[in-house]
Amino acid sequence: MNQPVVGVPQMLPAQVIDTSTDSREILRHAKIAARRRKLQDWFVVDVDAHHVETVSWNEVVQYIDDPVIRDQAIYFHRDRIGAPPYGLNGDLGLRYQSVGGRIPHQDGLREKVEDVSVHRDVTLTRRAMDSLGVDNMVVFPTPMLFLGMHPQPEMEVWLSRAYNKWMQEKLLSADSRIKFLALLPFHTPEECERIVTELAGQKGIIGFAIPSTRHSPVHHNKYMRLYRMIEETGMPISFHAGYHWDDPSLKTVNRFLGMHALGFAWPNIVHCTNWILNGIPARFPKLKVIWIESGIAWAPFLMQRLDDQYLMRPSEAPHLKRLPSEYMRDHCWYTTQPMESHNLKALECTLDMIKADTQLLFASDWPHFDFDLPSEITDLPFLSEQSKRNILGLNAARIFNLDPTPVKQL
Amino acid sequence: MPKPYLICRDEELKDGDRRVVSCDGTEVGVFRVDGQLVAWHNECPHRSGPVCQGRLYKRVIEPVDGNGHVRAMAYDENVTNIVCSWHGYEFDLKTGANQGTDKIKLRKVQLELKDGNVYVVV
Ligand code: FES
Repeated sequence: MNQPVVGVPQMLPAQVIDTSTDSREILRHAKIAARRRKLQDWFVVDVDAHHVETVSWNEVVQYIDDPVIRDQAIYFHRDRIGAPPYGLNGDLGLRYQSVGGRIPHQDGLREKVEDVSVHRDVTLTRRAMDSLGVDNMVVFPTPMLFLGMHPQPEMEVWLSRAYNKWMQEKLLSADSRIKFLALLPFHTPEECERIVTELAGQKGIIGFAIPSTRHSPVHHNKYMRLYRMIEETGMPISFHAGYHWDDPSLKTVNRFLGMHALGFAWPNIVHCTNWILNGIPARFPKLKVIWIESGIAWAPFLMQRLDDQYLMRPSEAPHLKRLPSEYMRDHCWYTTQPMESHNLKALECTLDMIKADTQLLFASDWPHFDFDLPSEITDLPFLSEQSKRNILGLNAARIFNLDPTPVKQL
Repeated sequence: MPKPYLICRDEELKDGDRRVVSCDGTEVGVFRVDGQLVAWHNECPHRSGPVCQGRLYKRVIEPVDGNGHVRAMAYDENVTNIVCSWHGYEFDLKTGANQGTDKIKLRKVQLELKDGNVYVVV
């Protein structure tokens, strides 16, 4: 009898993944999945990924326009022991996303980067794009998404402007695959208008973003000129959700899991309700709005709630000529992540209700703990290949006016 | 055709140790937990993440007293979980069962112990 040949296995380079593991190793299986699904030939846009801007905060504050505040920031970082990032508000000590280190990439990507010809975040973004199978990645900041709750509206202006400039110089100029939705300091509409005037049409800037975590009435008259201006650029406006544990509605929720699950949907539910009932889509029919990082299960819930109530009280929403759900379906776009997919029937219904074929945009949210992969779309059993291609990239190509030629290296 | 791959000598793998290897493309994790050898495919049932490269934690529990009160969380020293680093799914390293639902399980790999050597057959 022949002795079976004994194989010699190869040890994987990282036996245990930690914060120093190369993200290409962390995402090696994502690349395999993308290759298996032949995503090389698909145009894929990731409309929401992140970097940790506070790692580069020393650099960012150098871009503050106001010379006095700029100096204060520089001295703060130089002299203050254990200084947190200058000017940033938010619950910096309540960030339990990694579940006590169980999901290390959420805590930090401390991998080696040899290439010093570009900013480290350019390299990390390239690694993520080529691992996930993405052609264009829209990069968002992370702690800055709390700026809408800042006690000083001026600080929102100073830091948003500084960050926008830093982003242009360090990331957008280095790689045309990296895209950006310029941050708007929404508490100060005239400064938002200034940013739209200055940045529309600049390299890599494909729209505008408002951090949703804020108590701002999106329907206030003070924003109408801004909406008109953005509508005229043809670029989308977006609301990027974020939790805020100090929000009174979440004060009794004691687990991060519960707070995060509700907190990421809530601000966009509130803003979308105001957006629709005050007839913003009816007033600005060409303005494209994207609701980012709330998942999508909230959309059918809100559609049904608003339709039912609207028909009982149409005199309170006289702008509307159609049902709220019809505006949400035809005038709103949604990003997928974190896509609620445990009940496929519910997901199919959701995709149908929001007209995913034209309105849904893939987003990974890498490197956060609930990131999604393109394969979650390609593997859905109830979608046509064309719908999958639309969601993964072609809808984004249309809304952002991108060249839909795949350029990634898989 | 399944084929044996030599992982290591039996005594080399101490409690809490692991070998995560590629057997001509099939990735496998071999672990010693509470003296027992186990082997799983390095492919998480959630989204195919590299589950065997995750960190090990004792399972978290929250004891309830006679009044139905809770005071602190604790570790169950009898259950070691492996946590998939991609999104945090937790699996009992010995049984492969997911902590959240018994419908999700790690995929087992056949182990062989011969002449003091540990093999996986894939
Ligand atoms: S792939 Fe393992 S937890 Fe998601």
